[in-house]
Amino acid sequence: DISKVIHKTPSASRELLPKVTKCTDLFGYVGIEAVLDQMRRKTMKAGFEFNIMVVGQSGLGKSTLVNTLFKSKVSRKSCTPDYEEKISKTVKLHTVSHVIEEKGVKMKLTVIDTPGFGDQINNENCWEPIVKYINEQYEKYLREELNINRKRRIPDSRVHCCIYFLPATGHRLRPIDLEFMKRLGKIVSIVPVIAKADTLTVEERQEFKERIRKDLTSNGIHVYPQREYDEDPEERVLNDRIRESIPFAVVGTDKEHQVNGNKVLGRKTKWGIIEVENVAHCEFANLRDLLIRSHLQDLKDVTHNIHYESYRVRRLNESNMNFSELVLSSWPLKNGTDTCETESQL
Amino acid sequence: MVAGESGLGKSTLVNSLFLTDLYKDRKLLNAEERITQTVEITKHTVDIEEKGVKLKLTIVDTPGFGDAVNNTECWKSVADYIDQQFEQYFRDESGLNRKNIQDNRVHCCLYFISPFGHGLRPLDVEFMKALHEKVNIVPILAKADTLTPSEVKKKKIKIREEIEQYGIKIYQFPDCDSDEDEEFKQQDLELKECIPFAVIGSNTVVEAKGKRVRGRLYPWGIVEVENAAHCDFIKLRNMLVRTHMQDLKDVTRETHYENYRAQCIQSMTRMVVKERNRNKLTRESGTDFPIPAAPAASESEKEKLIREKDEELRRMQEMLQRYQDHLITQKDGC
Repeated sequence: DISKVIHKTPSASRELLPKVTKCTDLFGYVGIEAVLDQMRRKTMKAGFEFNIMVVGQSGLGKSTLVNTLFKSKVSRKSCTPDYEEKISKTVKLHTVSHVIEEKGVKMKLTVIDTPGFGDQINNENCWEPIVKYINEQYEKYLREELNINRKRRIPDSRVHCCIYFLPATGHRLRPIDLEFMKRLGKIVSIVPVIAKADTLTVEERQEFKERIRKDLTSNGIHVYPQREYDEDPEERVLNDRIRESIPFAVVGTDKEHQVNGNKVLGRKTKWGIIEVENVAHCEFANLRDLLIRSHLQDLKDVTHNIHYESYRVRRLNESNMNFSELVLSSWPLKNGTDTCETESQL
Repeated sequence: MVAGESGLGKSTLVNSLFLTDLYKDRKLLNAEERITQTVEITKHTVDIEEKGVKLKLTIVDTPGFGDAVNNTECWKSVADYIDQQFEQYFRDESGLNRKNIQDNRVHCCLYFISPFGHGLRPLDVEFMKALHEKVNIVPILAKADTLTPSEVKKKKIKIREEIEQYGIKIYQFPDCDSDEDEEFKQQDLELKECIPFAVIGSNTVVEAKGKRVRGRLYPWGIVEVENAAHCDFIKLRNMLVRTHMQDLKDVTRETHYENYRAQCIQSMTRMVVKERNRNKLTRESGTDFPIPAAPAASESEKEKLIREKDEELRRMQEMLQRYQDHLITQKDGC
């Protein structure tokens, strides 16, 4: 269902749309709607990128969930040959990219994993490497944008969505959850999920979600979809419904079982089979629909038009420079060199 | 005692084990309140009577454990509590009236391990290592209804391996005598291979297959707490209450408490020896009077205590000296 993405216009700055005057009635078929096919064909040729980050303590099923979402082995666990389930002492970020194709549409999916987050006895500032990474991607994009000779398509490594895994305690948000979401909610779209939710009854799940939503509001944390970015009343209604049901309580698996003659993705226990894609059992399908089938393009738009723009404004204001000066200035690159790559192109 | 992170089902399990309702009016703290909270120790006491046998059960809970962003040494208040009970008992035992000593020592600590991890977490290891020589630790694999049977098996093996790897001394079930019958030996073996106990707790009664049982109702099925095929709840309850309660108390008394007592006496003796050596030095240095501790204008509590203890020791030594002199003169006198 990646092909459904093309319907929203990409990266048009929301504020700059001219005031639309009353719609003129056409007295014949002009063919304006054919632009959708043209866009569709172009996107199919070019493909598109989607970068998703997963954050949470070790063992919450992050890798399994990502694999289940995209029905393929895209997580770090499935791709690293000598992957070991050891808790690392510091938070290190790992990225794994895959090209997934469906009905001719190609998506370059990058999964950014954050092993070590929240696993230590002292977790102070464990969110800092993550904040750093996100800002570095914005900086990379900014540099490309400021170039005189710009690339036709700037490679987009910015984090479009950050899935934050909450353990299914049934109580409330923990201090570490608050600290993380407060800080990162300002620079990236956070989608919190309740992980391994098969330990919560339907009632417990409802109460847990209510308490979480209350905690989020009372701490001024805005998770995706943020209310202030709803474009029109129609979108508001749709997003309100989503906001009333997050965080989604999910269960993930790559195993299949027979249920009523059908093969389903599920977890088999002594007391029954938990069907992952059954909305009566858990909210995995809701999460998948949100992330991929309905809001994937919106996630990218919000990242570009809102988070990236605020970064850009902040950066230009703090350096008080004009564009060319900014390009000339040095910034620490991954390989440790101080000089900016684009210098030579000026 | 029950210990472990919030949200692992400790309260529910306690209520299930002893069919109590101890946490009725509990208020769940929100995250801001939790940020400033330190690890508390709370006690609930319940008198249980069954067929004429009376049991005074005390549940010690550790709210706040492992909840903060920085949990360094969060086990300290737990260790201090256990030591305090030992100290109280030690004093009572050394006192004059020993008829009605209350035993508040912790006989068993159920440590809850999260089922969401890949085995033991750093905090689990540190906690158990800090306490394994003070109390009987029985590890529990909490909220086991989130695991499939094969996952339970794998996790138990992993946790047992890690316990050995890190040198953690959990409570050991006593070995059977060789003349016990096969069935008993089999049960004993099963119990040993059950660690950590994979438990599920419930405060509600649901209807399953026409019977009313303690359980949890899910859209995909009903988990029965007292069904041995579903979890180890029955095994744990039997072990704690029916078969091993006395042994838990014995090991606490014979091993953990004795260790504490020996350490205590050792450190007291060391203090006396140090004091004696200090006095020897001052005498050899030519002064007739022991150097008095100079009381500062604003003394800290600790310094005051040390000074008082010093004076007590000095008085005891003077008494001893006088007694010895008395003996010598007596001898001379005969």
